[in-house]
Amino acid sequence: MAITEENPGYKWVGTRPIRPDGLEKVTGKAQFGADLMLPGMLFGKVVRSPHAHARIISIDTTAAEAMVGVKAVITGGDFPDLAANGAHPSEIDVANNTIAREKVLYEGHVVAAVAATTREQAEAAAEAVEVTYEILSHVLTVDEAMADGAPLLHEGMITKGVDPAPEEASNVASKILHERGDLDQGFGEADVVVEREFTTKPVHQGYIEPHAAVADANSDGRAHIWCSSQGHFQMRAYSASVLGISPGMLKVTAAEIGGGFGGKTVIYLEPLAVRLSQRAGRPVKLVMDRDEVFRATGPTSGTRIKVKMGVAKDGKITAAEVWMAYEAGAYAGSPVGAAGMTAIACYDIPNFVVEGYDVVCNKPRVAAYRAPGAPMAAFAVESVLDELARDIGMDPIDIRLANAAVEGTQASYGPKFPRIGFVETLEAIKDHPNYTADLGPNQGRGIAAGFWFNAGMMSSATVHINENGTATVVTGSPDIGGSRQSMALMAAEELGIPYESIKAVVADTETVGFNDVTGGSRVTLATGAAVVDACRLIIEDLRARAAKTWDVELDQVEWVDGQAQHAEGAQPPLSLKDLAAKSGRTGGPISANASLNSRGVGAGFSTQLCDVEVDPETGVTRVVRYLTAQDAGRAISPDYVEGQMQGGVVQGIGWALNEEYIHDSDGVMENPSFLDYRIPVASDLPMIDCAIVEVPNPAHPYGVRGVGEVGIVPPMAAVGNAINDALDVRMTDLPMSPVKVLEALNEQRD
Amino acid sequence: MARTHITTVVNGDETEFLTEDSTSLLNALRDEVGLTGAKEGCGTGDCGACSVMVDDKVTCACLVFAPEVDGSTILTVEGLADSGELHPLQQCFLEGAALQCGICTPGFLISAKALLDKNPDPTETEIRYALAGNLCRCTGYDKIIRAVQEAAREMRDQ
Repeated sequence: MAITEENPGYKWVGTRPIRPDGLEKVTGKAQFGADLMLPGMLFGKVVRSPHAHARIISIDTTAAEAMVGVKAVITGGDFPDLAANGAHPSEIDVANNTIAREKVLYEGHVVAAVAATTREQAEAAAEAVEVTYEILSHVLTVDEAMADGAPLLHEGMITKGVDPAPEEASNVASKILHERGDLDQGFGEADVVVEREFTTKPVHQGYIEPHAAVADANSDGRAHIWCSSQGHFQMRAYSASVLGISPGMLKVTAAEIGGGFGGKTVIYLEPLAVRLSQRAGRPVKLVMDRDEVFRATGPTSGTRIKVKMGVAKDGKITAAEVWMAYEAGAYAGSPVGAAGMTAIACYDIPNFVVEGYDVVCNKPRVAAYRAPGAPMAAFAVESVLDELARDIGMDPIDIRLANAAVEGTQASYGPKFPRIGFVETLEAIKDHPNYTADLGPNQGRGIAAGFWFNAGMMSSATVHINENGTATVVTGSPDIGGSRQSMALMAAEELGIPYESIKAVVADTETVGFNDVTGGSRVTLATGAAVVDACRLIIEDLRARAAKTWDVELDQVEWVDGQAQHAEGAQPPLSLKDLAAKSGRTGGPISANASLNSRGVGAGFSTQLCDVEVDPETGVTRVVRYLTAQDAGRAISPDYVEGQMQGGVVQGIGWALNEEYIHDSDGVMENPSFLDYRIPVASDLPMIDCAIVEVPNPAHPYGVRGVGEVGIVPPMAAVGNAINDALDVRMTDLPMSPVKVLEALNEQRD
Repeated sequence: MARTHITTVVNGDETEFLTEDSTSLLNALRDEVGLTGAKEGCGTGDCGACSVMVDDKVTCACLVFAPEVDGSTILTVEGLADSGELHPLQQCFLEGAALQCGICTPGFLISAKALLDKNPDPTETEIRYALAGNLCRCTGYDKIIRAVQEAAREMRDQ
């Protein structure tokens, strides 16, 4: 089902052809990160800390270096001291997270790396590296890290965002605050006030492809990196910084990427592979195993969040108070900033305080995960809103409609919303048959909504017209979920030639202009806009060539349906094929580049409806029906818009019901495998029904908003609200595992 | 260390390779035979990205030592298309947008083929359980299940 406004009758945009990279992926030919083999290539292996917090006393590599087949061993000492070079603190954190210097800050922190002629030799050599540690006390949660007298990860960490600045160091990296109106007055006007406290655990992005990189260093200091990432330009920048060289010394080629969800916007292996390759004089491949992926990459934050909200009897929210603390892992940079901005952004609330803390602890450094920070805050806020609706006897959609942000609403984080489609997503749910479908025994229905900004940022594209009138569309945005199809569809629409005549490719860092990461739901928006710009430059060029051919003024030439037409029909049309064939006589090759800073993002909203069945004997919750309504702005490629919506929902269902990092008291992860960290499998789930809402983003030529992220914001609350509807128990701690549901039911029975 | 000489039939071709006794079938296929369609997602048999058929049985290639397949017949995703003509499952995955990043796709195709070989008319639930050993983090499985349903329909109609 799609609600389509103002569809101008596009020929290609909004259709469902086969994706350009599909054939290679169903035949096993697509080359992912770990698939590349180079002549003479060595296998690398990383040595990791077994301790959550320890000082490195010494690293002895002598034995490892003497082993058969070993060609290089490196440690932190093989990389420049960025602090001494005056680098930005965030760059120093990236470098220290890539390979530890004085201290290890989490179990899995890299301390050394080796390269050898076989995998087995590399593994044996990694085990032979002898590291002596002085074990330090550790903190694993925000509660432990914020406690008085807690051991410090970073001795000089003074909380930012507090005035006056604290005199003593702590594990709190920063504080954020958003406020409006008068909280006391707001709660005074409320008829009902609900206050609840929520906790969530770190969860991993769970991409199926482990991190992988191959590096081949030249003797002149340059190096070529092949890696699967969400942004090979970022991999270049970060790697160059860690290696202490100019970005231009590195060429990075994007392999096909096997999932990222934010977790592949950061570096882990790339600079290590380059340094090993430089030391060994041969190409080096580094691939993580799944255990390493869990212990040392991702995840997103564990959190503690308190929410107090009040409503009047008419459903108007009068006040909201939100306090949140987010684990950052080993280095500053949890997504609490975005959490604070998104927590109540769906609603127009006159009085609020949102306060948040970015807290370091001895776990892997968090990485972006799909709408970073927003899902945990939404779990808390949307659960409380559900309870308020019940208390005043109001329909959960109606209470959201009564408070929904609309065009012109001053967003809780500052700016006024331009045209947005939140209300339309609420209505799409209400109009869907799932909303009134019958529920069986022990079944319940939950609603929740979510907001995500969507990002814009920088993109470049090049379009070449080939000599037969086909086109090649070149971008530098790794395609993680079908974006080459969106690029080709928009180019087909612009140029007026068939989708099949366009080849969309992702080029390396030396072949196309700069592109920011594939993240923030931004590629179809921003890189798509660059493709549209380049196509329009091509069309200008083609019109000029036709005008020259016909010896008429430029304004006499129109570009319609893939051909130059004389405005008064005085000349037979010139097709793109005709013009391409004679390009040598009309000005040379036909090609255009466009680079841009995105001209305006379109905020994304999603409302979701979840039906669950809870077994009161076992506490097992099963999702039996699910509907997600999301404002895509414009669905360029509806197949892959639905794919993003469905994928986000199912990650959210995993987060809601199963997924969590479990650490023992020493700070060692106890479940670093897909067996014990259980992501949803096919037999856990029903079909995920989609309602694509299209309220075009005025700042994009086709109205695109970006669809990748917001779908993961509502599910935890939608599931929790459905469990509450089924059995009248309010779950406040994720995941809502059978044990916890049973505990809640037992408490209710007592 | 002496390596073991293995003789197999891979995707219809007689294939010989040398391997360490401790090397997995997955690494042997990828490093020695040069077939990288089967992927390592976990190395512990939990994700199914390395699924191949060994003598018509779906197998996690990461859980089998390469010497164990001496004399066996192996099918990987690279052998699914018949002389350039896609298997209906491959075609339906493409037409139904049943992949996003595509890393899990080879494993799903092999597991789905194994299901349809045995059960040409599976229910949705049967498909979901047959594919429960294959993890996909992108799609939420919806379009994968539909693609298998469609391929089953087409294969029954042929």
